[in-house]
Amino acid sequence: MTKQTELSAISINDLTVAYNEKPVLWDIDFHAPQGVLLAIVGPNGAGKSTLIKSILGLVKPAAGQILVFDNDYRPQSRLIGYVPQKNSVDWDFPTSVLDVVMMGCYGELGWFKRPSHKERELAINCLEKVGMKEFMNRQISQLSGGQQQRVFIARAFMQDAPIYLMDEPFAGVDAATEKSIIALLRELKDKGKTVICVHHDLQTLKEYFDWVMLLNVRRLALGPVNEVLTAQNLKKAYGGKAGFLAGMNTEEK
Amino acid sequence: MIEFIITLFSDHTLRIVALGAITIGITAGSLGAFAVLRQQSLLGDAIAHATLPGVCLAFLITQSKSSLILLIGAALAGWIGTLFLMLITRNTRIKKDAALGIILSVFFGFGLVLLTIVQKLPTATKAGLNKFLFGNAATLLQEDLTIIATLSAVVLMTLLLLWKEVKVCVFDEGFAKSIGIKITFVDILLTTLIVIAIVIGLQTVGVVLMSAMLVAPAAAARQWTDNLSVMVLLSAAFGALSGLSGAITSSLVSNLPTGPTIVIFLSTLVVISLCFAPRRGIMWDIIRYNKSRKQIQTTTMLKNLLLFSEINTNDPFHPHDIAALDAIGRGAIDQTMQELKNKGWAQQFKDKRWALTPVGLKEARSLTEEYEKGLITEN
Repeated sequence: MTKQTELSAISINDLTVAYNEKPVLWDIDFHAPQGVLLAIVGPNGAGKSTLIKSILGLVKPAAGQILVFDNDYRPQSRLIGYVPQKNSVDWDFPTSVLDVVMMGCYGELGWFKRPSHKERELAINCLEKVGMKEFMNRQISQLSGGQQQRVFIARAFMQDAPIYLMDEPFAGVDAATEKSIIALLRELKDKGKTVICVHHDLQTLKEYFDWVMLLNVRRLALGPVNEVLTAQNLKKAYGGKAGFLAGMNTEEK
Repeated sequence: MIEFIITLFSDHTLRIVALGAITIGITAGSLGAFAVLRQQSLLGDAIAHATLPGVCLAFLITQSKSSLILLIGAALAGWIGTLFLMLITRNTRIKKDAALGIILSVFFGFGLVLLTIVQKLPTATKAGLNKFLFGNAATLLQEDLTIIATLSAVVLMTLLLLWKEVKVCVFDEGFAKSIGIKITFVDILLTTLIVIAIVIGLQTVGVVLMSAMLVAPAAAARQWTDNLSVMVLLSAAFGALSGLSGAITSSLVSNLPTGPTIVIFLSTLVVISLCFAPRRGIMWDIIRYNKSRKQIQTTTMLKNLLLFSEINTNDPFHPHDIAALDAIGRGAIDQTMQELKNKGWAQQFKDKRWALTPVGLKEARSLTEEYEKGLITEN
């Protein structure tokens, strides 16, 4: 369903990450082709966020190799736009929506330099894309969950990167916001960008994403959604608990 | 008042005290804003207490009471305290708050023991290390002021230059790292700046209460603004104001320690800010709560008047006894009816009976419709 280009956006070989001797990710091999919407799916504690953080260099792996466009990756804002879980920050921080979005260019600007008029215009532009322009001067504590998520996505847009990593972009947002976010992600994909999301909802998986990775400490399956989303694979990931979900998914198509 | 200010700046000692206290207040206030936002308010307290053994050891080793040497000793001890703190939280299962408590009490206890030893030395009487406990602004000399001003300038310039890096790290560390900002460097730098801000205030404010100079102005400033730059400026202003007031007061009254005096001024600012700041203040909450309660009471009563009339009679303007209305209302019936009357939505008849007015009926109908459409909820 998706044409696979020779060069992977992200390739990971034999990645192992451990917190206090307990492995969180074990011997992961992962190749994300360019220009796909890829979901990382798995039960709680499967290491989904850890995988994203390892790619970004926020977590130090015990072993393994992570390549971005076949290059050794060092955190470069140019290549990967990051949308963290929205509850990872204190939303009572004294700052405005526009200010948060501007932070997307701080890495690019380098030490000492202040964002100028140009960056401000760019930030307003990014806010417009996510439909939040009229909130630009709003204090961030006055935003709803869905609005917070869209501000974080606008901030990642500031980086104008070829790859986007998003940690649960649909967590705690209502159905309407979910639809508008998925529309944004599809737009990115249409521009040839690679979008990788940690996702929780198996029911929307087929509708939203075209590739999926099933993860539970180990990599259980990776590939186009239709091939991977089998009852057998889901059982491997979730154990008996997902029996009813697997049934539902095979019924669908 | 003007006379007082003129005397203040013509008196050499008072001028140094005033300028010193203002500088300390500005520096501690600015850095304190970041300590509070990073939820590290107690870190300042631990560092301040940890400096005491450094001051005493610096004196014992060099036998010099030069401020510079004592401050270097203080800074080193503060730094070592922070280092131990990091080692404890990283390598043991002890949580951060417990680690802070351990560092604070162990270093401070050790410092007090050293202070007792120092005081028994024949050379000690003139060293006056006691002032490092609760602070004594009156002992500030010209050379102290020079040190304080120079270090403050360095601290504030560094903060200004690295403003955006510090800001993004404090708000969202993970994201900051992902865009290539060296968060460990920023972390160490910010902690160092906080250590310096504490050390320059030790002689004036004292180790016991120095953390108040960091935390209190910032906590007060946060109440008044939602903008980081304004918060830092306001925090610096609050710090300068209370520093000045406290230092001058304690210099004019003999034996009044400076630290506690400054803290009294700071506490006043904090209490005022907590109560009266717009939007975040307690008074604001009370006003907003009463306003919305009153509004709910009035609209509910309006809808009830209509409902009552429609159930019991076919006449929407049928008057009802106030006792009956009170039974179905949400309290404060007299106020509610008065409010309805003021809005022209209800009118009073004899024997305390009330009925809708034509305008009130229209309003009640549209409210009921909106409610049924789900446009507004009961609350």
